[in-house]
Amino acid sequence: MTFDREYFNIGYLDSLSYKNSFVHALDPRVKILVSFAFILFVVSLPKYELSALTPFFIYPVFLLTAGGIPFNAIAKKVLFISPFAVFIGIFNPLLDTAVVMQVFSWSVSGGWISFFSIIVKFILTVSTALLLIAVTSFPGICESLERLRLPKIFVIQLLFLYRYLFVLLQESLTMIRAREARSFGKKGREIKTFIRLISVLLIRSVERAERIYQAMVSRGFRGEIRVMKKHKLGYYDILFAAISITMFYFFRNYDVVNFIGSGLSRAFR
Amino acid sequence: MSHHIVELKHVCFAYPDGTEALKGVTFRIVHGESVGLAGTNGAGKTTLLLNLNGHLIPTRGEIAIGEVPLSKKTRQEIRRKVGFVFQRSDDQLFMPTVYEDVAFGPINLGLNEDKVEERVRNALEMVSCLQLRNRPPHRLSEGQKRSVAIATVMAMEPDILVMDEPASNLDPRSRRQLINLLKGFGHTKIVASHDLDLILDVCERCIIIKDGKVVADGPSEELLLNKALLEENNLELPLSRQCLQAIQPF
Repeated sequence: MTFDREYFNIGYLDSLSYKNSFVHALDPRVKILVSFAFILFVVSLPKYELSALTPFFIYPVFLLTAGGIPFNAIAKKVLFISPFAVFIGIFNPLLDTAVVMQVFSWSVSGGWISFFSIIVKFILTVSTALLLIAVTSFPGICESLERLRLPKIFVIQLLFLYRYLFVLLQESLTMIRAREARSFGKKGREIKTFIRLISVLLIRSVERAERIYQAMVSRGFRGEIRVMKKHKLGYYDILFAAISITMFYFFRNYDVVNFIGSGLSRAFR
Repeated sequence: MSHHIVELKHVCFAYPDGTEALKGVTFRIVHGESVGLAGTNGAGKTTLLLNLNGHLIPTRGEIAIGEVPLSKKTRQEIRRKVGFVFQRSDDQLFMPTVYEDVAFGPINLGLNEDKVEERVRNALEMVSCLQLRNRPPHRLSEGQKRSVAIATVMAMEPDILVMDEPASNLDPRSRRQLINLLKGFGHTKIVASHDLDLILDVCERCIIIKDGKVVADGPSEELLLNKALLEENNLELPLSRQCLQAIQPF
């Protein structure tokens, strides 16, 4: 059952964010800002740059290992969205055929380099975004977005989206199971039943929304949700932000790979 | 304190589609009393409870909570006094974590941060769920959700506790814990349920409604043992009493 699997998948990424580790404990605001800076630095590299991108892998790898996130969980999701990136760059090798490099007997065109540069940038940015969610609980992200001055109405929408996503999915799951239990593998009227399922789901959601509103009003809701501030900017948060952003700056503006390479070859000579 | 009185006089309510759910309900509940509302599905229990909290306003008749008559103007004030535990916990718990959900009410009451913290802690301890405070509600079991839902209401320290089917979907152990919890509260309680054993355990007084009217009002021990009355209203003797009668018929 694909729907079942997808449902538990969504729950899985969420459950990862309730672990306890150094990166989980960091202030979500710092994680959001550092990850945003990371993405900006990565994207700002010129299109023929490939080697300068490699040191940037240190940040997602750090989040992955320090946060104890299983590699497969992230890799699968990155792979799942990768066709988009592939199609953006797929014509580069055909259009840009000027040879820029010789690797042994192969001549490598600029198109191939810019294509791989797009792929690597994609892997870096998307895995970082996924890891950010995996190491920061969604409520944490919402709280910090509000404190970073995102309009309250959006934050409330996000909070409710998160809270009732699971309830809605659960409801659809039970409905789909109920339908399957009585359809005995038959096809044919599928679309018709599907349309009815969706309409029932809509009506149920509207009714639920009404009940939720009653529950909110009976606890004093008057159009504004005031969230308690849980996170305080600590010494570690500032240290983490300072170190990461300085590192990104060096990776971006100096040829770190060349420096390490020549250093190593001098050491082994 | 004698002001936690709930008084209904000839309350009628009709839904916009014309369904008459309440047809002249009259009763008076005094401070500290715990009252069970029994009746079949569709008898009007939930409608009655929604009227008590001002979610619905009676089309005719009067409701007074603590001597404040219910109207559109006073319903905010009345909601502070009446804590409402909804039938479905998923509707009641709308914040992303248990802690924030319990804090929602106290924050809206305008309490300061320390006071909110204290209220949340006390309420969660009362239902022995303090260890769940950072969990998201969708990862709780049904019994835990129910306990937390009760805590969200207790954190506002209401004078009157109104509950709609508190024991539905609970396993026997959670149900027993809930009953013990309810027995421990000194509040005025109004519990709507068709779990008559629960009413017998928790409430000393019982009101039976049928088709939007009060058909019986008296001590639970008396009403819930009256087989003829119960069967007339499509109810049954509580299971515990059925067992007793089987052992010693009288």
